[in-house]
Amino acid sequence: MQAEMKQFAIRCLALAGLLAAAGWCLPAWAYTAYVTNERDNTMSVIDLDQMKTVKTVPVGQRPRGIIMTKDGSEILICASDDDTIQILDAKTLQVIGVLPSGPDPETFALHTSGNPLYVSNENDNMITVIDVPARKVLAQIPTGVEPEGMAVSPDGETIVNTSETTNMAHFLDFKTRKMVANVLVDPRPRIARFKHDGSEVWVSSELGGTVSVIDAAKHSVTHKIHFDVQGLRAESIQPVGIAFTKDDKTAFVALGPANRVAVLDAQTYKLRKYLLVGQRVWHMAFTPDQKYLLTTNGLSNDVSVIDVASLEVVKSIQVGRLPWGVVVSPK
Amino acid sequence: MTRPKAVPGGFGRRALIATAAGASLAGTPGRSRADTPAVKLGYIRSTARRPTISLLDKQAPDDGLAGAKLAIADNNTTGQFMNQRFELSDAPVRTDDEVPASLETLVGQGIALILTDLPAAPLLKLADDGKKKGLTFFNVAAPDDALRQQDCRNNVIHVAPSRSMLADAVAQYLVWKKWSRWVLAYGSHPDDALLADAYRRSAKRFGARIVKELEYKDTGGARQTDSGVAQTQKQMPVFTQGLPEYDVLVAADENQVFAGYLPYRTWDARPVAGSAGLRPVTWDPNSESWGGTQLQDRFIRMAHRTMSPLDMQAWVACRMVGEAASRSRSTDPAVIMQDMRKPGFGVAAYKGQTLTLRDWDWQLRQPILLADGRAVVSISPQAGFLHQVTALDTLGIDRPETQCKLK
Repeated sequence: MQAEMKQFAIRCLALAGLLAAAGWCLPAWAYTAYVTNERDNTMSVIDLDQMKTVKTVPVGQRPRGIIMTKDGSEILICASDDDTIQILDAKTLQVIGVLPSGPDPETFALHTSGNPLYVSNENDNMITVIDVPARKVLAQIPTGVEPEGMAVSPDGETIVNTSETTNMAHFLDFKTRKMVANVLVDPRPRIARFKHDGSEVWVSSELGGTVSVIDAAKHSVTHKIHFDVQGLRAESIQPVGIAFTKDDKTAFVALGPANRVAVLDAQTYKLRKYLLVGQRVWHMAFTPDQKYLLTTNGLSNDVSVIDVASLEVVKSIQVGRLPWGVVVSPK
Repeated sequence: MTRPKAVPGGFGRRALIATAAGASLAGTPGRSRADTPAVKLGYIRSTARRPTISLLDKQAPDDGLAGAKLAIADNNTTGQFMNQRFELSDAPVRTDDEVPASLETLVGQGIALILTDLPAAPLLKLADDGKKKGLTFFNVAAPDDALRQQDCRNNVIHVAPSRSMLADAVAQYLVWKKWSRWVLAYGSHPDDALLADAYRRSAKRFGARIVKELEYKDTGGARQTDSGVAQTQKQMPVFTQGLPEYDVLVAADENQVFAGYLPYRTWDARPVAGSAGLRPVTWDPNSESWGGTQLQDRFIRMAHRTMSPLDMQAWVACRMVGEAASRSRSTDPAVIMQDMRKPGFGVAAYKGQTLTLRDWDWQLRQPILLADGRAVVSISPQAGFLHQVTALDTLGIDRPETQCKLK
């Protein structure tokens, strides 16, 4: 396999040489991925062309949630133990500012328009709404115990927040900032994801071992997805990260200490395949062209690269200790 | 994890500070409206206290109660989305004689779900008295295996782990470390004999060998004395002198008479486990995994101290009620208990997996932390100890061995 890759790389290089010789500009298809390393207080920068970590940048304490602004110019990181969100310039990788996140920010989501930012404050049972350019708090909204996952509907009208001890998905109206529905799911809900068509919200329950499919209009659980990996005890299957392909046909669910990513038919909810990745897989991000899906594997300190077309794990990239979140630059 | 048993006639410092029996403690005042249907819980707790070897081990006046209060607040946060309200009535008792009256007070308030921090005997009496009245008790303190075996009751849910669960948790780790030759040192109180029995059972179960047993007689007297340390330094090596080859000293001392003196003072350089050194607990203020930090932070902010195992057990009991109330969408105690007894019921408690109930004795299945007072050293069950249903059932009395006939 490795030999094949090497050959492939050599061939590519040769091709690139030819193209350059022919006076062509190389297409800038290389993406950059950014990974927060919870244990190291760093962010790893991965060049997806070389498929390796090219830089490690010191950031705040206990970095967890990570996203990029819509234009890709800035990276936002929850520095949980510093009780702040750091803003990094994507070019210089320098911290250029902070956002008033409230205490212990863990995860967040940007509104589809690019602003504001919705942050879960785990310790305070609050959602903090932040105006990113103005760097100020717009509102604090009470939610369930230990808010965690945050998702914005594709139309930008609804924000969904999960609460780990209340065990609910809370539906927040964008305009009124009021809760419109609270949907009970299985224990310790972590991540909420809208399908791209906005029809469904999927919520992973880490301890319940399930993914609840919620009808986004009716606010009711219409289906519950269970996982059964041969040779693994049920309690080691702990779903966290969820990702949909752009056509909403395929869903990926990271199964934590089961060390696998489940591939599901997102229309029928049927399992297609389990992909063996690194240890304690939590969060995932697609490359913008959806060729690859990257997973953070907390206990093996690496990122697995899944080829989305072939559904194969093609590479494992070493990063810092306890990689938590991952985001890929839009260019 | 074990806490001192009630001393007849003992008057605790806590009794002076505790609120009057039946004082109502609403979780998050202002958040829930008075017309919201309420789930009412009671908490009968002994305020008797024993001396401890270390001042750090002194039980807080609100030990356990603070955990229950936090869970009630958590339940009320959830309750505002469910149109449910949770109330807790505290009923401290100084002696076992006061237990029946406190039960009457709680029942008079329409309470049918009651946490107990009591020794086995008064708990059993409560369970039998409460049966006719449809009361359910949550044993958050008594570790007696008898309560889960020949003396089991259908209306008692055991949130506290049994002695055999705690001993098995230690044994699995010691065997995993290949420290399989044990010296068992036990105290002279009846509880210590029961704990020693649990360690003997665990040794046999997991392939360890007890090469020697020692009894430490409690001769009474004060625990804390000025310059007592000099005497202890000489006593403990002598107590552990002349033992056969061994790997680890396992102490069974529920009353904190001697175990705390063992680490660093044994004749041979050996680690200590059990009632001192590496201790099996349901919670430790250092536990930070699986979101534990959030619970620690919430607790410290509310109680202005760190969270004890008893606090955790009371928190779990109240959360079980809260969880069953939201799952069943009911505030009726009978419906709540029906939901809790269903096979699918589970509660999350920062242990990395849901805690579920054994339907043969109503013991809560739970991982046990092994802590040294500064850090969580390990968490049992240990990898490699297999079970056909759940690894958690490698801790304690399993279904095939149970003597419990629920009635």
